[in-house]
Amino acid sequence: MASSHGTPPVFNNKVVAWIDHRLPIFSYIEKEYHTFPTPRNFNYFWNFGAIATVMLVLMIATGIVLATNYTPHVLMAFDSVERIDRDVPQGWLIRDLHMNGASFFFIAVYIHIFRGMYYGSYKAPRELLWILGVVIFLLMMATAFMGYVLPWGQMSFWGATVITNLFSAIPVVGESIVTWLWGGFAVDNPTLNRFFALHYLLPFVIVAVVALHVVALHIHGSNNPTGIDPKGPQDTVPFHPYYTMKDGFGVMVFLIIYAAFVFFAPDYMGHPDNYIPADPLVTPAHIVPEWYFLPFYAILRAIPDKLGGVLAMFGAIAVLFILPWLDTSRVRSATFRPIYKWFMMVLVVDVIVLGFCGANPPEGFWVPLSQLATLYYFFHFLILLPVLGKIERPLPLPPSIADAVLKKKAV
Amino acid sequence: MRKLLATGAIALAALATGAVAIAAGTTEQPPQKKWHFQGPFGTFDRAAAQRGYQVYQEVCAACHSLQLLAYRNLMELGLTENQVKDLIKDITVPDLNDDGQPIDRPARPSDRFKKPFPNQAAAAAANNGKAPPDLSVIVKARADGPNYLHGLLTGYVPYDKLTPEQIKEFAVTKDDNFNKYFPGHKIAMAAPLADDKVTYADGTKATTDQEASDVVEFLAWASEPHMEDRKRTGVRVILFLLALAGFMYAVKRMVWSDKH
Repeated sequence: MASSHGTPPVFNNKVVAWIDHRLPIFSYIEKEYHTFPTPRNFNYFWNFGAIATVMLVLMIATGIVLATNYTPHVLMAFDSVERIDRDVPQGWLIRDLHMNGASFFFIAVYIHIFRGMYYGSYKAPRELLWILGVVIFLLMMATAFMGYVLPWGQMSFWGATVITNLFSAIPVVGESIVTWLWGGFAVDNPTLNRFFALHYLLPFVIVAVVALHVVALHIHGSNNPTGIDPKGPQDTVPFHPYYTMKDGFGVMVFLIIYAAFVFFAPDYMGHPDNYIPADPLVTPAHIVPEWYFLPFYAILRAIPDKLGGVLAMFGAIAVLFILPWLDTSRVRSATFRPIYKWFMMVLVVDVIVLGFCGANPPEGFWVPLSQLATLYYFFHFLILLPVLGKIERPLPLPPSIADAVLKKKAV
Repeated sequence: MRKLLATGAIALAALATGAVAIAAGTTEQPPQKKWHFQGPFGTFDRAAAQRGYQVYQEVCAACHSLQLLAYRNLMELGLTENQVKDLIKDITVPDLNDDGQPIDRPARPSDRFKKPFPNQAAAAAANNGKAPPDLSVIVKARADGPNYLHGLLTGYVPYDKLTPEQIKEFAVTKDDNFNKYFPGHKIAMAAPLADDKVTYADGTKATTDQEASDVVEFLAWASEPHMEDRKRTGVRVILFLLALAGFMYAVKRMVWSDKH
């Protein structure tokens, strides 16, 4: 576990001491969540790890309750969701929490990823920590996609059809893979059944990878807004109470915004077509995925070739895996990288533009725009980052975190 | 950094808005009406929804099912159990008797709303090959649901009022139903409402617009009967979270006071 700091804690409670002597869970909590030395200069962007964890737990808790009331059958799924909404006591609340929870989990994770990119949290020695994060992101996408299929509305059915059909682009074995995924020759009951099984399974896989993510985090500790390593006790504070309380406040603010959607606009982020029961004979005018997939959906459609589109879409996530090696700058934080800072913001705008491209039908100016935005996305990672690290002249780094904090206060 | 945080929030809001940007084609947007149930504190207008039930029962129910609702649900609209029983006293529903033979028996409050056709195939066969949609969640299943449905119900244009350009562009014949707000304009459903199509017991004048508004109020309730409960709970939850957030902020300030 973490660096050997301090002496082992002494527990006054005999039961606690007895257990801890045999299974040191209390020592672990003490060391990793109480005395754990954490940089003193976090801004509120550092709340989003805790917020994402809260959302994960909330999704699993509400999901289990929903699963006890849901029927994974093509003839009954739609009505069973409506039954949860109408007849299960407080069922509407659980469902609204779950369906909006997915969106807010992604909001938290997207901000968390932005934080990692802006402050260079993926750089040595945190490459594996970052890669585990990308694995979590991929698992989340798979889980969310399969979850969206479960209500068996029009977008559920046609989204499932479009996305599973992507695999048919693979040469030679593509068609066989699609049949294997479907469990038949069309998206049908076997597909719904396995999606439900996997939708229940994957969150627990996410929990396991989150555990690894946290273990990796606690080896070298958190990055911080300056991107420089703590040099001594003056640069850090114990995790508890300093960051437990700050995270607690951040979580509350996030939950207020989440609750505003759950209680006052529960269907705002959904698509009205998903309240139409799935009909394999009627294709919706525009098949769109949930908002959090729109940038990737735009990349998929930007390439006029099916296989090319699929490769580009998966490539957009694959580049994140090698990001620690694409960025050649030795300076972590964008605060001290005058050029990178602006290109990072351009990337954010680019991804938002891709989101709009994904939401609109691929007609007119949306086509060249999504192609341009896709090109820029890959340009940022594959060309800009390697080159920028070589030519950019970073600003002078502060001698220490404490120094940076106190200087900022003086100004 | 604050600036960045704000930028991020705006960006995400923009992204979320993008998700609901649904291309509505070239069809005219329906007029935006003020609904009693709209807004964070909006409630259902019970009287309008009850009139709307009458419109549904006397007009829409001839073709459209409402299968997710049971008659007992009408009590949530302010009717007593006896009033509900009185409303359904002439309705019979299919069932099996003790010998397993199909029978029709009087409807009970626990029964789901009776379907106009025994099955989808029969519904399609009676309606030129396409079954009329179930109306249980219709308000949630259309973009800008309440205004769209109100527009649809009041947006019919008779053939002789159409311009030659419209007739040409949409290839309208005398047998077609032309609707201003329906995507593609040609709709299988003939204009269902007309002035005085129903007679309201409470003396409200039954104009086409009034009937349309009332049935939309009823169907909005049918789509989400727990809406008022949701909003009430939401006010409490957000007040609680605000208090807790304030409390957490105070604690956080106190804890950090020796580090600033």
